[in-house]
Amino acid sequence: MSSSTNTTTHHTSTIGSIGAPSRRNTELALLVFAVAIPVFAYANVGLAINGSVPAGLLSYGLGLGLLAGVGHLVVRKFAPYADPLLLPLATLLNGLGLVVIWRLDQSKLLQSIHVAGGKATNQLLYTAMGIALFVMVLVFLKDHRTLQRYTYISMVAALFLLLLPLVPGLGLNVYGAKIWISVGGFTIQPGEFAKIVLAVFFAGYLMVKRDALALASRRFMGLYLPRGRDLGPILVVWAISILILVFETDLGTSLLFFGMFVIMLYVATERTSWIVFGLLMSAAGAVGVASFEPHVNMRVQAWLDPMGEYALSRKGVAGHSEQAMQALWAFGSGGTLGTGLGQGHSELIRFAANSDFILATFGEELGLAGIMAILLIYGLIVERGVRTALAARDPFGKLLAVGLSGAFALQVFVVAGGVMGLIPLTGMTMPFLAYGGSSVIANWALIGILIRISDTARRPAPSPAPNPDAEMTQVVRP
Amino acid sequence: MNKPLRRIAIFCGLLVLALLVRDNWLQYVQADTLRSDTENRRVLIARYSTPRGDIIVDGNPITGSKKTPTDSLNDFAYKRTYKDGAMWAPVTGFASQAFGATQLESVEDGILTGDDDRLFFRNTLDMLTGKPKQGGNVVTTLNAAAQKAAYDGLKKVGGKGAAVALDPQTGAILALASYPSYDPSSFAGNSTSVDSKAWTALQKKNNPNDPMLNRALRETYPPGSTFKVVTAAAALENGLYNSADENTDSPLPYILPNTQTELKNEGNIPCKNATMRVALQFSCNTVFGKIGADLGKDKMLEEAKKFGFDSEQFTPVRSNASNFPEKMDRPQTALSSIGQFETAATPLQMAMVASAVANDGKLMKPYMVDKLEASSLDTLTQTQPEELSRPLSEKNAQVLQSMMETVVQKGTGTNAQLPGVTVGGKTGTAQHGLNNSEKPYAWFISYAKLPDGSSPVAVAVVVEDDKANRDDISGGGLAAPIAKNVMEAVVKSKK
Repeated sequence: MSSSTNTTTHHTSTIGSIGAPSRRNTELALLVFAVAIPVFAYANVGLAINGSVPAGLLSYGLGLGLLAGVGHLVVRKFAPYADPLLLPLATLLNGLGLVVIWRLDQSKLLQSIHVAGGKATNQLLYTAMGIALFVMVLVFLKDHRTLQRYTYISMVAALFLLLLPLVPGLGLNVYGAKIWISVGGFTIQPGEFAKIVLAVFFAGYLMVKRDALALASRRFMGLYLPRGRDLGPILVVWAISILILVFETDLGTSLLFFGMFVIMLYVATERTSWIVFGLLMSAAGAVGVASFEPHVNMRVQAWLDPMGEYALSRKGVAGHSEQAMQALWAFGSGGTLGTGLGQGHSELIRFAANSDFILATFGEELGLAGIMAILLIYGLIVERGVRTALAARDPFGKLLAVGLSGAFALQVFVVAGGVMGLIPLTGMTMPFLAYGGSSVIANWALIGILIRISDTARRPAPSPAPNPDAEMTQVVRP
Repeated sequence: MNKPLRRIAIFCGLLVLALLVRDNWLQYVQADTLRSDTENRRVLIARYSTPRGDIIVDGNPITGSKKTPTDSLNDFAYKRTYKDGAMWAPVTGFASQAFGATQLESVEDGILTGDDDRLFFRNTLDMLTGKPKQGGNVVTTLNAAAQKAAYDGLKKVGGKGAAVALDPQTGAILALASYPSYDPSSFAGNSTSVDSKAWTALQKKNNPNDPMLNRALRETYPPGSTFKVVTAAAALENGLYNSADENTDSPLPYILPNTQTELKNEGNIPCKNATMRVALQFSCNTVFGKIGADLGKDKMLEEAKKFGFDSEQFTPVRSNASNFPEKMDRPQTALSSIGQFETAATPLQMAMVASAVANDGKLMKPYMVDKLEASSLDTLTQTQPEELSRPLSEKNAQVLQSMMETVVQKGTGTNAQLPGVTVGGKTGTAQHGLNNSEKPYAWFISYAKLPDGSSPVAVAVVVEDDKANRDDISGGGLAAPIAKNVMEAVVKSKK
């Protein structure tokens, strides 16, 4: 489990305490790029749209640099052995997201429909709040195993968060999906936070129950079938996902939670049968709901025939949206290298151009090359998360790390796949890129927890107590 | 627990791979299809993102481009403007952000927007040097003075009508006017309050005068007596008569063959046994009706087709095909030969008839684009005059010229006389509608010949007069003065 911490020597009992490389300087160097790239991109947008370097370049660069710097210093102090890639990658995505949100702020069309205008400032504020939460996670969560104590409280909290949008007067219905709540003028997506809290619950629950789930099973046709009573938890989670789908009409959130649970169940039990069950159940649930829930059904129709959906929307048929086709045109018009930042026309997507559909702007203006780079950055974050799970020494840490990374991967897949027309559209946002406070804040907390687990995982084993018999094998320190 | 973790890592990798594959499909394989999809608004945005090239007459642009404020409602940067839009509309057509382009604006759209393949090399150079893409220019053959004379003349008469002037030696179109007309600037933009309103008001269902109809190219009228020039040509070409001054042995009254119906002349005119010259001078229906019936429909049709009837012309703007009926009995052939029954011609067609006679029997293909230029003013293509057909021998053409000149010297077309210039012409008054209930059309076709024998202009004018009473309408009275002014303008500009 801890083989990754000391690759240079296997004599861990005496050498370990010298200190494995912490990689903090690597992280700092990467952070310089993660701040510099968005600053150049920002200048590029200003030059393309207004012909001048934007006036806010300095304050923007300083703001992002300051946030990244604070993050780095806190990691250096409180999680010195953490994975060096997570913070720079998240900073880079967040910075690029800010640039493109600012770029869409310049669109008069989006301003006129109140989708854009001053949103970049808000997003910078949300980023600051996200970093603050990130800092709090690292400062106050000295050991991720503390979270294990809150297993069942987490369950209650997660259910509470998930059900919030259904509370009358609090929940909002935005274009058919009911995943927002409105508090004092702010709209919050509780699902983004529920994702993390639920991962904590699953990790705690499965850690305790995994032996029962894994061992008490019958073998049938090469698969280990779980006992009927052990099917309970998966059925409950499945039912909750279906309920979310039916009442909040959000395919994405539903798929995300169920997928996360199946992944964690599989890791906990090492039983492939859970994957088979999970896939069958999610397929049955999705098909069942899609066939009788009109909003979900319409999303599927729009996915199968975006051009027909566009034509219906143009004709003014209520409930249809041209967004899916507009997004495809944005991607296609970008081509291999893109039009260049600030020179595309992704404002044609109109509603949610800077949130759910922000990837289309990247696609049009940075092209295939840009999108591939961004997808690889997401992939890298996920793989660093799974790597953390591999390196973690405790099962709770492993499960939590793989749950969070798996959920992150599923979210990226569901959103990017939806915008690119690979799967039906859902109402979720690209982590870090998209405009939206809940998303940014929750994902910074997610990165904070991953960094915490990775710090614990990569931390060298505590040095053994001085042994008087060890005199003959004293090591000469360089 | 590490084995399933590794598998999850692979699974997450596959998710990202699926996205990468999809993205390559979208942004590489499908990119061109999506990018050039006509529903993709970016196509239009790009189209109006640079100033459009100009349409040029006599070295001066008659069009322009105006930067429009781009705001939330308008994402098109440039819109079309027109100088004397109403006068030039039959030439230019329109290019509107909201309603697309027609006629010359549409036919030469690739050059005007700069998207044409012939501009590819220049565009690539411009792209490398960082210059924005620029549209090329369309240089027309039109003559501004002639166009103005034609449009002002039609406007003064006030009825619906059209005028076309050609250079008989090349086929170049010198004037192409239609009245009532419209200003294409009025709906060149994209605003629902201004442009859509102007557009709606111009539609035929809201405006019975149908100002957007290009009457010079796209409307056919019964040509009436002007068609007698074609019939005379057929008689000469088929050897029915060998000179203009040979007696035609025509009876008066003339009963249409196989019927008891008498074909009448307008008024009491000396048509009995008249020569073709006299018959054309007084516009005898009896003489030319009989010629048509004697020649038969096949010979008449053959001659009409040689003049361009029954086929569309591409100038490059398409003109409607004029009609000479293919299935007729003898009395119908007689009626068709005096421009009645189902015979119908565009003003361009009748101008072609006059120009073929003036050019000693050689019909040139009518064209209005002299050359296409790149924005650097380098010529991309130059139109070469092209012979379309030879409806008459040189000798017969000269016989017909002398007949038409008699019409202007002492016949129905005296209003078209020009000092110092030999003018040949033919009037026409075409009745139409059930029992001739609707207002007749006044026609006049003519050509001018300079003392050196060259013929710089042939004209056709058609006017429907709403105000005058029926008896006053005649080609000589209404249409001939307009034709005269157009010819005068061309002759003056030649000097």
